[in-house]
Amino acid sequence: MNSPTNSSPRTKLTTEDAAVATIESGMTIGIGGWGSRRKPMSLVRALLRTDARDLTVVSYGGPDVGLLCAAGKVKRLVYGFVSLDSIALEPHFRAARQAGTIPEPVEYDEGMLQWALYAGSLRLPFLPTRAGLGSGVMDVNPSLRTVRSPYDDAEELLAVPAIRLDAAFVHLNRADARGNAQYLGPDLYFDDLFLAACEPGRRFVSVEKVVPTEQLLTEGTFHTLKVNRSMVDGVIEAPNGAHFTTCEPDYGRDEAFQKAYVDAARDGDSWKGFVDRFLSGSEADYQSAVAAWRAENEVKK
Amino acid sequence: MSTELADVVAVACAEAWRGDGEIFASGMGTIPMLGARLARATFEPDLMVSDGEAFFVAGDLPIGGRDKTIEGWIPFRQVFDTLWGGRRHVMMGASQIDRFGNTNIANIGPWAKPKAQLLGVRGGPGNTVNNATSFFVPKHTATVFVPTVDMVSGVGYDRAAKLGGFIAARHDLRRVITNLAVLDFGGPDHAMRLVSTHPGVSVDDVRAATGFELHVPSDVPTSRGPTDDEAAAIARIDPKGLRHREVAA
Repeated sequence: MNSPTNSSPRTKLTTEDAAVATIESGMTIGIGGWGSRRKPMSLVRALLRTDARDLTVVSYGGPDVGLLCAAGKVKRLVYGFVSLDSIALEPHFRAARQAGTIPEPVEYDEGMLQWALYAGSLRLPFLPTRAGLGSGVMDVNPSLRTVRSPYDDAEELLAVPAIRLDAAFVHLNRADARGNAQYLGPDLYFDDLFLAACEPGRRFVSVEKVVPTEQLLTEGTFHTLKVNRSMVDGVIEAPNGAHFTTCEPDYGRDEAFQKAYVDAARDGDSWKGFVDRFLSGSEADYQSAVAAWRAENEVKK
Repeated sequence: MSTELADVVAVACAEAWRGDGEIFASGMGTIPMLGARLARATFEPDLMVSDGEAFFVAGDLPIGGRDKTIEGWIPFRQVFDTLWGGRRHVMMGASQIDRFGNTNIANIGPWAKPKAQLLGVRGGPGNTVNNATSFFVPKHTATVFVPTVDMVSGVGYDRAAKLGGFIAARHDLRRVITNLAVLDFGGPDHAMRLVSTHPGVSVDDVRAATGFELHVPSDVPTSRGPTDDEAAAIARIDPKGLRHREVAA
């Protein structure tokens, strides 16, 4: 039998600010979610408050990529798309690409990005695929290599190079304090791969609610437990932390606020106003500024 | 009552999936989604259609409808698995398309510093070398139908032929449906060919709106309108008439 001192579980509870304090300039950060869906926005907002820069960002991009581009923190961006879903084009990403202010864009097919993360998670140098062959992806990424099947077919395939991350941020619905995490919505996206492709030390999961381990199955079946504690270093309780993106079934996208975000991005003055009002303080300040904005807009209706 | 353009276009989109059987009919946007559901509701009952989020749905789910009968689960990871396995026919948009079906949804102008950044290549490269792909273009103009696309997000027949092997043998771009016409790649060397023009549209109208030489057979029929069954299905699937917002008469 183990001695009692060995059996007390280690808590991984931390805060957004403590998590992003571990991020150094030049690191490679993977951000979970998809477009404007279940993005770890409270962690992204915390990252905006740090001095970290020259980051490599890997993402199925949405407002996470937009905000980091607008803040000038991105050196290299690995993406298949950047979109707000219900609003097709992300304004800050668009402006940054058109101004040429993302020094090293790396544009992949969506499935290639999955393969890169999966290879990274399995510690393989690459995984083969047909996705990308013959397309502009090969033209704009001259470092990509192909590999020939060693079997009789001898087919030439694209060898998608593995991505290993220095840090991973994902937002899920529930977790316990040890890092067993749960998604309750319709799609995990590739959040498990972002965590598995990341070096231990900076794998952060924010959740709507931290619950005791024995309550993990009260809201979803065991099928929803795709992230276990060996994949997680820090757990952050972040209610409404994915705002303004979706976090089904806890809440949907705040479409009105997303539209206000896009409208504000149209010119420098209005964006400065948005930053002053929403992005200049703590996460608690953000949430109360959003609540106030909502109340105003309710009155206007 | 005269047939409305959006109904002709919806039927033309549905026709793209004729004969596909039990595969995932995936439509990006209102009219392609309507087309897939219309085909399933009428002449292609084994097709599988999704709610556009993560579920396969049975029955005639209206566009944007929430009261769904779920028959399967198709999160993004399974979408990739399904399309890499070839069990899908997708209808996508195209901001640019050339004579051999190379398409672009990524950016206008040079990729390194685009004049207009669009979505990025998204799933276009994987789609076009793995599963059947059709395209829907709501406004047929010479700025969309171009001699050369600025970024190849979807692989056309000339590029697929150069790859050879598995991809060239199975490369399958089906149809291009626009507000003017239906086209396919049945011309010489899989060049784009005019299949039919919509009511009131002439072959010359289509030629004038196309920025490359189109293969035009001697006999070009007029695109058909919906049958009674199809009209009833369209009314069930798009009761709010959202299709009329995508193609102007």
